[in-house]
Amino acid sequence: MTRGSRWAAVAIGLLVLGSAFPFYWAIVSSFTPEARLFEAPSLLPRTLVLDHYRALFTERNFWVPIRNSLVVAGTTTAFCVVVGGLCAYALARLRFRGKGPLLGLILAVSVFPQISLVSPLYLVLRSVGLINTYPGLILPYLTFAMPLTVWLLVGFFRQLPAELEEAAIVDGASRLRTLREVIVPVALPGLATTAILTFVYSWNEFLFALSFTLGPERQTVPVAIALFRGMYQVPWGQILAAAIVATAPVALLVLAFQRRIVQGLTAGAVKG
Amino acid sequence: MASVRLAGVEKVYPNGHVAARGLDMEIADGEFMVLVGPSGCGKSTALRMIAGLETPTAGRVFIGGRDVTRLPPQDRDIAMVFQSYALYPHMTVRENLAFGLRMRGVARPVIAERVKAVAQALGLEGVLDRKPSQLSGGQRQRVALGRAMVRDPQVFLFDEPLSNLDAKLRVETRAELARLHRRLRATIVYVTHDQEEALTLGGRVAVMRDGLVEQVGPPMEVYRRPASIFVAGFVGSPAMNFLPGEVRDGSWSGPAGLILPLPAGGSGGGRAARATLGVRPHDVAIVAPGAGDGDARVDVIEPRGSELLVHLRLGPEGSGEEVRVIAPPDAPVRVESAVGLRWDRERLHWFDPESGRRLD
Repeated sequence: MTRGSRWAAVAIGLLVLGSAFPFYWAIVSSFTPEARLFEAPSLLPRTLVLDHYRALFTERNFWVPIRNSLVVAGTTTAFCVVVGGLCAYALARLRFRGKGPLLGLILAVSVFPQISLVSPLYLVLRSVGLINTYPGLILPYLTFAMPLTVWLLVGFFRQLPAELEEAAIVDGASRLRTLREVIVPVALPGLATTAILTFVYSWNEFLFALSFTLGPERQTVPVAIALFRGMYQVPWGQILAAAIVATAPVALLVLAFQRRIVQGLTAGAVKG
Repeated sequence: MASVRLAGVEKVYPNGHVAARGLDMEIADGEFMVLVGPSGCGKSTALRMIAGLETPTAGRVFIGGRDVTRLPPQDRDIAMVFQSYALYPHMTVRENLAFGLRMRGVARPVIAERVKAVAQALGLEGVLDRKPSQLSGGQRQRVALGRAMVRDPQVFLFDEPLSNLDAKLRVETRAELARLHRRLRATIVYVTHDQEEALTLGGRVAVMRDGLVEQVGPPMEVYRRPASIFVAGFVGSPAMNFLPGEVRDGSWSGPAGLILPLPAGGSGGGRAARATLGVRPHDVAIVAPGAGDGDARVDVIEPRGSELLVHLRLGPEGSGEEVRVIAPPDAPVRVESAVGLRWDRERLHWFDPESGRRLD
């Protein structure tokens, strides 16, 4: 090992340690009894208990925010990938007037400061009776997540060899059939990446979720966790346990799609 | 099988690039037509307009006598082999071959039968369940070919299908294509930038330049009687020699005192004052100094195995124009030595230097 690579190894080690430690600490703390949380901290846990998790799902009824988050984030993601995918494909491949300005407009929507929209959106949603409903969250999320989806997918679709689609069309497939049978399978890694990003965004969104829900029956995970704080105490153990529980679905999702993302699905399509 | 006709086809891209300016072309039923030309000459655009992947800005396209100008590719009953092969990477070879039939709603047993027959003909039975990424270059090329064959289309379109193969495989596949054409008696339109490929494959060759057809004809006619300086220079290897000169008293006088008689009855040649001589390196013989039509000095000798490519400079001092000559491998030439050149009277070409057109 040369000196340079040894230093690189040390630097990488520190970086991994630095980013992994908070997770480790959160996991350890979530298993530590409330009474011992504020003692002199110890790196290795001395007693492990499931108190916080038990409290989470009994006293707090944490299943409800998890269900809410899954419904909202899942629906947003599904809409984004299907509608955004079609939109991105059109923008990437079809020739029509005003394509450039349209892409710019889509980007402009996504850079709008979210906080400036909270009050007007609240009034709009209230007037159509969507406050404290799933659509009341999904619709605003779409306005932010869709531009992200479209931009990511336009870039991805443009990288796909055009000859692949032309071959399918000459073979007798219609536009939609080409999309379904050739483009989507080949674009799966890109679609999966986009879906994960959209899902994570919607899963973690806080401002809209806080503003447009009224009670625990429609609150999402971030809002629920934020409202754990009581007037006199902060239940750190439960908050950390909730954070771990909230991270799990996303982590599982990434693991499930990882193979798809890494695998170069276009390998062998064209020369090389 | 069907004929293909282009009538006054023009293609101007939105950015102003003109890829075709009034193409007229007739491709007979069962003919192997090669479109050849340098990159950017519009040959690929012409092919894509026959396929329906591009729409002409003017003119009409006919397949089998039917006007298909506005018809999408799906409804033209053509098959295309792409330069990159464009195999579907997520499908097995079998699924790749079956795709076109499946899209057309052919019954399953029929598809299986046709796929099997084509795989057999192309020697792909052993790899039917592999993905394209697990195939060699030559196998991918055959799958692309098979995907076109399995549909038994009206017209086959080939877009530089051999350019991704190595030299040896290319020669083999060329022969295979010729055999395939003979067996299927299919109408084939084939695009290439390689003039050698065009000459060896084509029943007829259309040499294109700047969106126009310069000359159409059987390969040997294009080679023997090129219609313009461009065609003469593009077809044949090594490239033809060109010498500037003037017509005087029924003969042509060129640089370094070279004087050659004009062909008898060459009426066009008689009137033009200036004329460019074209002669292929194969049509000049190296003889003893003073024995030919003029002397020259040997500049560089390139051995090519079966022959020598000799670069010479005209004039006894070797100060004139460069001329390339093919000589037998045992020709008695040495670098810097003086030789005589005899020009084959039957194989000389004269062109109008202004228009570039042939003068007889």
